[in-house]
Amino acid sequence: MAGLSMADIEKMSARDAFGLALSEIGAENVNVVLLGADAIGSTRAAGFAKRFPDRTFNFGIAEQEMISAAAGFAACGKIPVATAYGFLISLRACEQVRSDICYPNLNVKLMSTHTGLTMAEAGTTHHSTEDIAIMRSFANMTIVAPSDSVETVKAVRAVIDYPGPVYLRMGRGETESVNRGDYEFVIGKAITLREGTAVTIIACGIMVAEALKAAAKLSSEGVSARVINMHTIKPLDVEAVLRAARETGAIVTAEEHTVIGGLGEAVAGVVCENSPVPVVKVGLNDCYGIIGPEDMVKQRLGLDAESIFKAAKKAILHKVD
Amino acid sequence: MKLTVSELECKARELRLDSIEMIAQAGGGHLGGSLSAMDIMTALYFNVMRIDPEHPMKADRDRFILSAGHKAAGYVPVLAARGYFSRDLLPTFNKLDSRFGMHPDMHKIPGCDASTGSLGHGLPVGLGMALALRLDGFDSKVFVLLGDGELHEGTNWEAAMGAAQHKTSSLVAIVDYNKCSMDGPIDQVVSLEPLVDKWKSFGWETIRIDGNDMAQVLGALKEAADRGNRGNPVVIVADTVKGKGAAFAEGDYRWHYGCPSEDQLAEARTALGGE
Ligand SMILES: Cc1ncc(C[n+]2csc(CCOP(=O)(O)OP(=O)(O)O)c2C)c(N)n1
Repeated sequence: MAGLSMADIEKMSARDAFGLALSEIGAENVNVVLLGADAIGSTRAAGFAKRFPDRTFNFGIAEQEMISAAAGFAACGKIPVATAYGFLISLRACEQVRSDICYPNLNVKLMSTHTGLTMAEAGTTHHSTEDIAIMRSFANMTIVAPSDSVETVKAVRAVIDYPGPVYLRMGRGETESVNRGDYEFVIGKAITLREGTAVTIIACGIMVAEALKAAAKLSSEGVSARVINMHTIKPLDVEAVLRAARETGAIVTAEEHTVIGGLGEAVAGVVCENSPVPVVKVGLNDCYGIIGPEDMVKQRLGLDAESIFKAAKKAILHKVD
Repeated sequence: MKLTVSELECKARELRLDSIEMIAQAGGGHLGGSLSAMDIMTALYFNVMRIDPEHPMKADRDRFILSAGHKAAGYVPVLAARGYFSRDLLPTFNKLDSRFGMHPDMHKIPGCDASTGSLGHGLPVGLGMALALRLDGFDSKVFVLLGDGELHEGTNWEAAMGAAQHKTSSLVAIVDYNKCSMDGPIDQVVSLEPLVDKWKSFGWETIRIDGNDMAQVLGALKEAADRGNRGNPVVIVADTVKGKGAAFAEGDYRWHYGCPSEDQLAEARTALGGE
C-alpha cells in the first residue's frame, strides 16, 4: 500500500489507515466521491481530497446537509463516502441517515471517526457512545467496527464494495494490533482470535485489544477464554455467537459504547432466543462519559481489560449446568 | 465591576496568556478561536453583563452562551478571573475529575449558563432563554457567542427567523468572524458572504466592528442594548484574527487546535506578560 509495510500501518491510527485506503480506492474507482463537513483534515480524508479535488465536496459545518446530499449522490450512481465524527453522523444527522439513506436503501458509506470515548477530553458532547444503538435500529443498515488499523484498511475496502448503507466506526488514536498475519476480512463473519472453553469474550473495535488482555489474565488463573473479534455488529454473525454459547456456556461482551442497544444487547438477544447462557455486558452503564485522558476515563468507567476479566468471572459463576 | 477600555485591554492581554498557558500545560487546545474571541468575552464579563459572581444563579442575571463551545480554553480563564472560581484550578484543564475540559459543562463550571460543544445549538437555546426571561418579566439580556464556521449549521438560521418573529430584542448574537474554520479559510470551505446582509434580511439589527479593538467591542455591546429598543434581535459581526495575540498563530487556520512549543510559549509570555 503506497510503499507502506504492514508494520507501518500497524503503527497508525484507524482514521489514518482509513485515509490511506480511501485514497487508493479513489484511484481505482472513479465513482467514489468524498463528502466532508469541515473535518476532512481530522477524519484524515485529506489524502483523497488532495489527489481528487474534483470528487471532494466540503459542506462546511453542516452535517445534516452533507448526509442528505450523500443520498442525492447515491441516487445518481455515485458511491458517496461521508466523513464526520461519530456523534455528528449518528446524533446530529440521525433523521437524515434513517429517512434519506436507510429507508431508500441507498449506497452511502458513513465513515465515522473519534468514536466511543477516544475524544475523552472533549467531554460528553463529543463522545459517541450511542451510535451503535442508533444505527442498529435502522433497517437496511450495516455496522462495521474494525479492531485495529490493519483491519481498518481491509474494512474500508470491504465497505466500499458492499452494497447499501454502511456505518464504519473508527476511533481517534493509534490502535493496538490484534489481528496477526494476513487474513480475509468478510463483512458479517466474526474472527476467533483465541480459542477457549470456559467463557467467550465477544468484543468490537478497540475493545478487542482489551478482551485479549483479559483472556491472557484469565488464562494465568487457569481459565480458558475464547476471544471473538465481532467487527461487524450488524448483520451479527449469529452462528459464531451461538457456537460460543453452546461450546463455552458463558459470554462477556465488550464495547466502547453504552450497554443499551449495542453489541451486548445484540448478542444477548440472539443467545436468549436460541441458546440461553449468561451474557454479561461491559460498556457504559447508562451514563455519559467524563472528561480526562482517554485511558483514565476508560478505567474509571469500567471499559478496560480489568472490567472484562471481572465480567468473565461473573459470567462463569452464573453458568447454567 | 466595570473596567475602562484601557483596563479591559490589559485584562484581555493577561487572559490571553492564561489561556495559552493552560493549553500548553494540557498538551493542546483550541487556541485560535479562544484568542480571537478574548476581547469580546473580556468586555462582556468585566463591563457589560449584569452578573454577580458571588451569586452566580441570580434569576435576573444576564446570560452568556458560548455556542462555539470549543472556545472554552478562552472562556474558563475569563470566569476564573471574574471570581467564579479560583485561578489555581486552571491547570486542571482536561484532567480527570476537572471541572472543565475542551467544552464547557454548566453543572460543573460556576458561572456557565449552558453546556455546549456541538456547534449550532447556542442560538436556539439562547432564544428559549430570552423568551422565558421575558415571560418572567426580567429585562435580562442573553448574549450568544458564535463561531463563523458555526454559522454553516442551519439551526442558527432557524433561530434567526424565530428570534425575529418573536421580537426577541434581548437576544444579542456575536459572531467571532475570524475568517477560518477547521479545514481552512472559511471562504475556501463555505463562504458566509454577504454575512451582514444575511442577518439584515432575517430581520436582525446589525452592527459590524473590529472585534479585537476593545473600544469598538465595548461600544458595540452598549449599542446593542440601545438597538434592542427597536424591538429586534441584534447581531454584532466582529471581524477578528484567529490566534490574536499569539504571533505564531495569528491568521493561521492550522492553529484551530494545537499546542505551543516551549519557544512559542516564551514568545507569548514576553509579548503578553510584560507591561
Ligand atoms: C456540530 C459540530 N460539527 C463539527 C464540530 C467539530 N468542530 C469543532 S470546532 C470546528 C470549527 C469551528 O469553526 P468556527 O466556528 O469558525 O470557530 P473558530 O474558528 O472561531 O474557532 C469544528 C468543525 C463540532 N464541534 N460541532
